[in-house]
Amino acid sequence: MSVPEGKATDLLTNYDPGLYYDELFGGRDYPAEHSALIRQRLAGLNFGDLLRRSQDAERELYNLGITFLVYSNKDAVDRILPFDIIPRVISAKEWAHLEAGITQRVTALNLFLHDIYHDQKILKDGVIPADLVLGNGCFRPQMVGLDVPFDTYIHIMGTDLVRDREGTFRVLEDNGRVPSGVSYVVENRHMMQRVFPDLMQDIGIRPVDNYGHKLLDAMMEIAPQDVADPQVVLLSPGSYNSAYFEHIFLAREMGVPLVEGRDLVVENDRVYMKTTNGLARVDSIYRRIDDAFLDPKAFNPDSMLGVPGIMEAYRKGNVALANAVGTGVADDKAIYCYVPRMIKYYLDQEAIIPNVDTRICREADALKYTLDNLDKLVVKPVGEAGGYGITIGPRASKEELADCRAKLLADPSNYISQPVVDLSVCPTVTDDGIDPRHVDLRPFAITGKNTWVLPGGLTRVALKKGTLIVNSSQGGGSKDTWVLQDGVLQDGSQEGSAS
Amino acid sequence: MNLLARYAECIFWMARYMERAENLARILDVHETFARDTRGMTNWFSIVQLNADEKDFFSRHDRPTAEAVVHYYMFDTQHTNSLVSMLRMARENARVLRPWISTEMWTQINVFHNKLVEMNGKDVALSNLSKVCTWIKEECQTHTGITEGTFYRDQGWYFYQLGKYIERADQTTRLLDIKYHTLLPSPVVVGSTLDMSQWTTVLRSAAGYHAFRRVYPRGMSPTTVAGFMMFNEGFPRSVVMCVRQIDGLLTRLKSRYTLRNGSEAMEKVDELLGALLTRPIEEVIQLGLHEYLDGVQAQLCGITTEIGRAFFGQDTVPMTQSQSQ
Repeated sequence: MSVPEGKATDLLTNYDPGLYYDELFGGRDYPAEHSALIRQRLAGLNFGDLLRRSQDAERELYNLGITFLVYSNKDAVDRILPFDIIPRVISAKEWAHLEAGITQRVTALNLFLHDIYHDQKILKDGVIPADLVLGNGCFRPQMVGLDVPFDTYIHIMGTDLVRDREGTFRVLEDNGRVPSGVSYVVENRHMMQRVFPDLMQDIGIRPVDNYGHKLLDAMMEIAPQDVADPQVVLLSPGSYNSAYFEHIFLAREMGVPLVEGRDLVVENDRVYMKTTNGLARVDSIYRRIDDAFLDPKAFNPDSMLGVPGIMEAYRKGNVALANAVGTGVADDKAIYCYVPRMIKYYLDQEAIIPNVDTRICREADALKYTLDNLDKLVVKPVGEAGGYGITIGPRASKEELADCRAKLLADPSNYISQPVVDLSVCPTVTDDGIDPRHVDLRPFAITGKNTWVLPGGLTRVALKKGTLIVNSSQGGGSKDTWVLQDGVLQDGSQEGSAS
Repeated sequence: MNLLARYAECIFWMARYMERAENLARILDVHETFARDTRGMTNWFSIVQLNADEKDFFSRHDRPTAEAVVHYYMFDTQHTNSLVSMLRMARENARVLRPWISTEMWTQINVFHNKLVEMNGKDVALSNLSKVCTWIKEECQTHTGITEGTFYRDQGWYFYQLGKYIERADQTTRLLDIKYHTLLPSPVVVGSTLDMSQWTTVLRSAAGYHAFRRVYPRGMSPTTVAGFMMFNEGFPRSVVMCVRQIDGLLTRLKSRYTLRNGSEAMEKVDELLGALLTRPIEEVIQLGLHEYLDGVQAQLCGITTEIGRAFFGQDTVPMTQSQSQ
């Protein structure tokens, strides 16, 4: 595994991040000291060795079945999320800032959800337009007046962050329904430990493998209080869901059954699972099914994935659900714009991590600005996920811009616009050597009684040269994310090169 | 810990498909290796008969040539009894079970399945069929070994074993049935050289030749071979051996995990075991081996149905306070 003596070529000599902020080198004027040793070790490697390790890692991922399903021409194909073996490194100081910012944001969003399902003060005070909340398809009237343990609605939160040219982290999107990707965070680390132990040695990287414990703790905390030893389960739409691997991973890490809707029944407003010995009580459910499919009696009556009657059991307090029903109204792309004001309103604080400057096209000024600057802006539909329906102005053709303009005019309230964020880059293994590629970051926060943020998160990387869209459904890959421990020497003075 | 009814069912079937795949690989292998004679055509066809696939087979092939039969049983994805289909089913079950089984069990089945799928049917000529079958058999045995060494011993383990032994007993009866049928067309050929080499083939496909020799060093007759495969208490693929295992597994499963259901399944096993232990092979053959084996297969089917009813969630009753204590 070690680097052959004397064959070392300086792999990073010709590396040029251009005008972008670089995750390994830092900004132009402020070289990142915390990653000096890692750069030094990488520079000493030879490219053939790096490629070989890359291929080993990808084969291993495939063999382990760390895959997601892609549907094409009615065939389901197992695909791995392409994995890049050059890590993204975050200093202890940067992380402390992010951790505080994410905790603040989750806290505010939970306060917001509690408010809109109770007194609706924030609407009455005119901070957020009421119709934006009450007219939102994800607002669930069934939740009005219902109390949930610790007033926590978003137990599992994924916050999409990007870093602009100045190196400032900004929130691009909140994911408070069923955020996915955390399994890759943990599996990527395992993979790095297997293929790149020499790069990691003595760096002092904060571990990520206790996510399952933390999640289970939260699931136990929110279970009905009268149950001594709560039965937790993970509810999945089934093995044909594209994120099925993650469901497996989380059930395994928590040591709880992975159930499907057909395994559960509701009797007398209590939830049971079908076991080899008849029915057994279920107290706390980490559900990976959207609200709409959760209960055909309460929501979409055609859902085959859900459990008839579960909503009533939930309302009676006989079962806990994570995330709570109705959180979709908080992670809506339109509500997103108001989160900084929300933080101010509930916590009387400034947002620690700012938003990307966003315009809501339902507002006349914003629409006009957006239409006038279409070629400079990113236009996003508020209801879509997975990077679909996005128009990136500077890269769009005339036809695409015209199409976008027509859609905006037809239904302005379905769109927001943002300036193109010059996403930071990170050195990435490509066929042509080590090249900069754009990355984002999705940290995960778990909230039961308190909030805990997994140190790191999913770094997604746009593997296609020049592209900004990092979604796995659009050709993105991922990287291991290293959050460094405080106080560990990382300037390379401690030892020589990797061995 | 509770075991989901659906998981129990998947474990049971994963074990059955792996066992079934191993048996089929053995049969194909042994045919290639030992059945090169003038009745080659008949022999390949006997595999089709053994699996009761005649109708399906002839809907897609004119003649049971070696090539057609081999392709049909190895790579035909439309055919549910092909190795590639069995592996797909084993893998689908394993996929569902990933939170429950060991990572090593899943990884091995996943890689095994993917390799088999990638293998082009055209790459497997008759000349290397034996090599490929040996590989498949060894992969199945690797699965068995990994399972033995890594599968956590709780309820799931019992359902795994139940699936394996029910399938194995069924496979042995099928092998014996079809061979007895094809190998005894008339009393005249009994005892001829050809005949005995065919019986050797039967024993070899069940890996029982050497054991048989040890028990019967001086002679081989259709009766002794059939008796050995049905009733021998030490041969791991004999029907009696398998049914005794099923009996013990069900008893222990129920007592160790205080499962309320399953009495009907146990009764059916008792019935079958009783039937197997009352008649010597000579009497069975006199009364008609084929009918007898048909009966055993039907009883195994009945046991599977009862296991499904008792444990796989077909009949669910709420667990009351007194029962759960």
